Amino acid sequence: MALDQSFVGRSYPPTDPYEVGREKIREFAVAVGDENAVYTDLEAAKRFGHPDVIAPPTFVFAITFAAAGQVVDDPQLGLDYSRVVHGDQKFAYTRPVRAGDRLSVTSTIEAVKSMAGNDIIDIRGEVHDETGEHVVTAWTKLVSRAPQEA
Amino acid sequence: MAAQIKYADVEVGTELPAGSFPVTRATLVRYAGASGDFNPIHWNEKFATEVGLPDVIAHGMFTMAEAIRVVTDWVGDPGAVVEYGVRFTKPVVVPNDDRGALIEVTGKVAAKLDDNRVRVDLTAMSAGQKVLGMSRAVVALS
Repeated sequence: MALDQSFVGRSYPPTDPYEVGREKIREFAVAVGDENAVYTDLEAAKRFGHPDVIAPPTFVFAITFAAAGQVVDDPQLGLDYSRVVHGDQKFAYTRPVRAGDRLSVTSTIEAVKSMAGNDIIDIRGEVHDETGEHVVTAWTKLVSRAPQEA
Repeated sequence: MAAQIKYADVEVGTELPAGSFPVTRATLVRYAGASGDFNPIHWNEKFATEVGLPDVIAHGMFTMAEAIRVVTDWVGDPGAVVEYGVRFTKPVVVPNDDRGALIEVTGKVAAKLDDNRVRVDLTAMSAGQKVLGMSRAVVALS
């Protein structure tokens, strides 16, 4: 079923802050096998001019995707999440996410399309720190596949 | 932002050191925990095959995290990455054995931009298939 075009441009309220912890960054870096010291060693991070350890570039997805749940689960939109696959993902950084950040996400529906029976939705998540400064924007394209023909 | 690579030292076509990243079922369980993505298609083959997949597949975001390592290992400071985007074209299929799958990533400088920035185009392959499309990063060099 085609999604309602009137949802294009709709923004959802900013999420409660997510506090980025050093150990959560370490856990993520270990999980992706990345031994860059800037993720785990404060002195290494400082040598590159960062005030605290930073997170790998894709770390923030867990935060923006949780925020996008407001869109995905919006009963008025009616997206069939059981059929959703991740199409595209993009990030644009003002600065890297770092330990101690308290990040809030504002999600906006950028586009809604139907192609060959698939529903396609583009969600933009603007991530700000607790001072209101922009940290990163995440664009997520979700594709809800058409039910298979009998 | 303190990249160890100098803008003046790279040309369009400069190749980055390639990376080869193994992924087993244990890797996926660990990534599920770290990322909070517990979708069973990434750890339960019964579920995965019931929804039409050939086997358990890696998280797309895991593959995305591995591919950018070719860039961050090259520049030294991951904070030098200003943009990064991918299209998920094919899944990385991860069999239930001790070898799992391999994600092989290459990258080269595709454009020199303003402000000492370059665009790097990445290619990620697994089992002979291109698993990411339009995989591009913009990086600030020194």
